[in-house]
Amino acid sequence: MGLETEDQIEVRDGVDRETIETVQAMAGKYKHGWETEIETEYAPKGLNEDIVRLISEKNGEPQWMLDWRLAAFARWQKMEEPRWAMLNYPEIDYQDQYYYAKPKSMDAKPKSLDEVDPKLLATYEKLGIPLKEQMLLAGVEGSDEPRKVAVDAVFDSVSVGTTFKEELRKAGVIFCSISEAIREYPDLVQKYLGSVVPQSDNFFATLNCAVFSDGSFVYIPEGTRCPMELSTYFRINAENTGQFERTLIVAEKGSYVSYLEGCTAPKRDTHQLHAAVVEIVILDDAEVKYSTVQNWYPGDEDGKGGIYNFVTKRADCRGARSKVMWTQVETGSAITWKYPSCILRGEESQGEFYSIAIANNAQQADTGTKMVHLGKNTKSRIVSKGISAGRAQNTYRGLVTMHPKALNSRNYTQCDSLLIGDKCGAHTVPYIEVKNNSSRVEHEATTSKVDDDQLFYCRSRGMDEEEAVALVVNGFCKEVLQALPMEFAMEAQSLVAISLEGSVG
Amino acid sequence: MAVAQAKLDAAVARLAGLDLPQGGWSGGARADAVARLQAMGLPAKRDEYWRYTDPTTLTAATPVAAAPFDASDEAQLFDAIDRVRLVFVDGVFDPAQSDDPVAAGVELLSQAADIHWAQGLYGTLEARGQNPVARPLAALNTAAATEGVLIRVTGQVAKPIHLVYLQESDTSDAILHHCVKLEEGAELTLLESGPGAARFNQVLEVEVADGARFHHIRIQGRDHDRRLATHIFARLGAESLFKSFTLTANGVMTRNEAVLELTGDDAMAHIAGAALGNGDYHHDDTVFITHAAERCESRQVFKNVLRNGAVGVFQGKILVKPGAQKTDGYQISQCLLLDEAAQFLAKPELEIYADDVKCSHGSTSGAIDDTALYYLRSRGVPLRQAQSLLVLAFLAEAIDEIEDEGIAGEIRLRLEAWLSRQDG
Repeated sequence: MGLETEDQIEVRDGVDRETIETVQAMAGKYKHGWETEIETEYAPKGLNEDIVRLISEKNGEPQWMLDWRLAAFARWQKMEEPRWAMLNYPEIDYQDQYYYAKPKSMDAKPKSLDEVDPKLLATYEKLGIPLKEQMLLAGVEGSDEPRKVAVDAVFDSVSVGTTFKEELRKAGVIFCSISEAIREYPDLVQKYLGSVVPQSDNFFATLNCAVFSDGSFVYIPEGTRCPMELSTYFRINAENTGQFERTLIVAEKGSYVSYLEGCTAPKRDTHQLHAAVVEIVILDDAEVKYSTVQNWYPGDEDGKGGIYNFVTKRADCRGARSKVMWTQVETGSAITWKYPSCILRGEESQGEFYSIAIANNAQQADTGTKMVHLGKNTKSRIVSKGISAGRAQNTYRGLVTMHPKALNSRNYTQCDSLLIGDKCGAHTVPYIEVKNNSSRVEHEATTSKVDDDQLFYCRSRGMDEEEAVALVVNGFCKEVLQALPMEFAMEAQSLVAISLEGSVG
Repeated sequence: MAVAQAKLDAAVARLAGLDLPQGGWSGGARADAVARLQAMGLPAKRDEYWRYTDPTTLTAATPVAAAPFDASDEAQLFDAIDRVRLVFVDGVFDPAQSDDPVAAGVELLSQAADIHWAQGLYGTLEARGQNPVARPLAALNTAAATEGVLIRVTGQVAKPIHLVYLQESDTSDAILHHCVKLEEGAELTLLESGPGAARFNQVLEVEVADGARFHHIRIQGRDHDRRLATHIFARLGAESLFKSFTLTANGVMTRNEAVLELTGDDAMAHIAGAALGNGDYHHDDTVFITHAAERCESRQVFKNVLRNGAVGVFQGKILVKPGAQKTDGYQISQCLLLDEAAQFLAKPELEIYADDVKCSHGSTSGAIDDTALYYLRSRGVPLRQAQSLLVLAFLAEAIDEIEDEGIAGEIRLRLEAWLSRQDG
């Protein structure tokens, strides 16, 4: 990178020793790559109607849910896998996967967290996600007032437990696994499931409709501000198993919720499939913040193994003045195919999308958003930061459309790409459709490399090259990192450093 | 990906309906083009690069009838410039209205000798330009073109060459294919004007050798009914210059594609367009610029002013190949929507495989700035004039891409005249 000295830099006065140690400790490793040894029960390999029936039966679902799944499955069989993304991966054999895996110890549904298999609890503890109500997420100890975070933990195909359920119930908030919601709140689920991402939406979403096994359900009643952050933590553990989770969030009039999502998986040589669907319904004056730190196993340096992440996420701002904010930090996965979208239907509704996508080694990411302006005076903002290193390919793909009736609407899009090394690629594919003249749409994109002057400055202050790059990159991402809830911002910042490890020098 | 059988069948049927020229020096290239077209099929509305423009009327066996436009109420284009004028009526060369092409060093495709320098160029750049995005109408053109000019330049050409396209028949279906070869250090200005035919399919292949300079200024006139599909394929050598500007004022269907490849270090390619649309007008600029050498610069500047349901489309792409370090790529597409019914659809793309590059693109769309309008009105400028002024200012960045001040001045005057007409 234009600097002659490759020597190991001595830690000098004025350099925070801790910073360097932290960076070194994290370097070179996907730190969530371990596996929990736990007895697992699988459904037979492959995908057919019987598997769909089995999943439905395991979850104790009513007939309408099974019918819905079977209709989706019939449709899926006639669909073709989309190939328009700038992604290169071999044909996926959908019959060579397990579609359902659950820890044996979950056979008898635990009544409370105290009954959950300690091995499972330990797994989440190791991930920094304590499933105990008195504890808080790592990284927030220092804050003045301890903040509570309710967690729904999904392990392979099942939810192992949800914390703070009682406290939330007092506020009228429903937070539980989707399988439980289908049993306990069928009216709500039936009303909203598939109303944002219809069964026929796309190949992966339709597959999800047929085989989703668990996920989270959130319902915030009218006028309620959810008393704590809600969070779902997805862990894939079993081998050759796909994870298909489904999340449904309903924010009634005047409510507010902030929702966090995290994901990890063990290191394995084979690719694993993850096809999730997230649906969010937002009514008048309600606001939902949805933040993701996606850290699935990215595969090794040569692209062996890693998660194939095909995700459909969509928020429907149905009510007037409703608001949604997507924030994502995408550092993991061998393949990322993900476009969290906002349907701005209600008048004066707002959609925001903040994204950092990091692709290193042989990773490929094709990600972005859709802002569909249907209502008057709607506003949207897109800030996307793509970073490519190694031999990775990183694509921003987005759609902004202003319908004829979306008068006086505004969109501002900024997508910046950063290239580290000359073997990677950074691409931008925005679609802009303006069908009325009172709306304003602005789109800006830039591509550049890590600035030599900035690097030199950091180096001259005693940082080593990798650390300097991490710092510059963190600066590049700052706008997005700031949009994350604090718990995630810390994790995300260190992830940025880890993901780029080995990309310079 | 499997090509839909319907598209392939359509290509076979379309070719069968044409009287394809055979043999001669271009025979091989034409046969290759037929094979290419049969393999890719005709464009269909579902194709990624036709999502915003319906190709049906451009691919149909017969053109939609279009009444010739009477432009006798305005001065001839480029009349003030000393130039070589070559006239094509409904796609057929008309010696009576033209200057002597031979004296100007221009050959006609229909009259070229059996052994010809253009053999290495005809259809070659078009074929290169089919990857990664298929351009079936260009392959169709190579296979079926009946006329065009072949220009080879070794020094500096004294006068600009002006190709004038006139339409007389309301069912004419013209296919023209031009080849321009600029040898090392040569320079040429090529002017084009007119509608040309009810349906007009044109390909321009330009080979710009090291250090050569090519200027291209094109005016697609006010005529309303015609349908137009043009392609420019250019390959640029080291330290060469390519500049192209197109002014389009109405027309029910216009698709202007440009495929530029910078293959020599330090080359420079600028392409600009200004379009005025009113009513059932559809205008599409599709640009693909490939940077395959170091320290090259490319600029795309496209401006649309639309009203009354007119549709503007911009699909621009910068591809930076591995090793094309120090690339400077810039792209801007902007649209002024003068009323509620107009639409602007854009897809500005970047695909970058080199790290030491500076690439950016911007795209904006919106109405005329009320504050600016208010300011002008408060200074006593009448509303229409104030609007025209702001529209001209908006288009200025594209017109500024024309190097020759005389020509740029003429274009500005012409625009003003057209704008005042549209205001009615």
